[in-house]
Amino acid sequence: MSQKEQMLNDIGTLDFVLVELTLYLDTHPFDRNAMEYFNHYSRIKNQMEKEFSQKFFPLTKNLAESNKEWRWGMAPLPWEGVCN
Amino acid sequence: MWCYEKRLQFPVKIKEPNAKLAQVIISQFGGPDGELAASMRYLSQRYSMPYREVAGLLTDIGTEELAHLEMVGSIVHQLTRNLSMEEIKESGFDKYYVDHTVGVWPQAAGGIPFNACEFQVKGDIITDLVEDMAAEQKARTTYDNILRLIKDPDVCEPIKFLRQREIVHFQRFGEALRIAQDKLNAKNFYAFNPGFDMCESCEDC
Repeated sequence: MSQKEQMLNDIGTLDFVLVELTLYLDTHPFDRNAMEYFNHYSRIKNQMEKEFSQKFFPLTKNLAESNKEWRWGMAPLPWEGVCN
Repeated sequence: MWCYEKRLQFPVKIKEPNAKLAQVIISQFGGPDGELAASMRYLSQRYSMPYREVAGLLTDIGTEELAHLEMVGSIVHQLTRNLSMEEIKESGFDKYYVDHTVGVWPQAAGGIPFNACEFQVKGDIITDLVEDMAAEQKARTTYDNILRLIKDPDVCEPIKFLRQREIVHFQRFGEALRIAQDKLNAKNFYAFNPGFDMCESCEDC
């Protein structure tokens, strides 16, 4: 697995934890342990997305600052998958 | 308002095209228990949901369903890439191909186009939440049926992920129904519909 794939994979894993915690917290809004988990993983994910954007391409428009070429528009599309 | 992330919720990397399989899986794109119906159901129902925590859940699950729609679209797209004319004819994909080439269009496996009648917005919180729980189970059954038809691990893995999400959503909607009922008259949940009968302005107004 390339560094790019590995990082994308890690971001996906972190985001999955956050998606799960979000839905759980929606119906358990006073669970402090769950909130601590959310805050912790949310910080890690934001940091990793920033790093990924600097090295490869921006995953969100917030990270799409560009000068030579429009990096957001040039980024690969999620449904491209692998070459076959 | 929404933000887009340029990645799939779960990776889809299919090496072998399979037009026969694509025709079955497309049902989870635009079929009766598919992801488009799921997303539109929850994102439409939330306006008449008077309880913030439950309306918030409808928003978050409705948003996740859009990510699932994108995953199913990616599966169908990758299964129909680089097909020969022979494969198109032999797999029975020709009937779809004639109208859409290899574009991804929301329809059921049987060819029935997507239709808003595949979901309901009743404007009654118990009715809507019970429909949501049933919808998650119907989608789970469809994924179980799909899994019996496929062997390619490249396709199985994302389908298994989607199936698991249906189970988690069912659980969360069950909790949402309990939250909603806790706010109603325990002796008669149907005494009135808080989505219609209660006309109090919100606390911030």
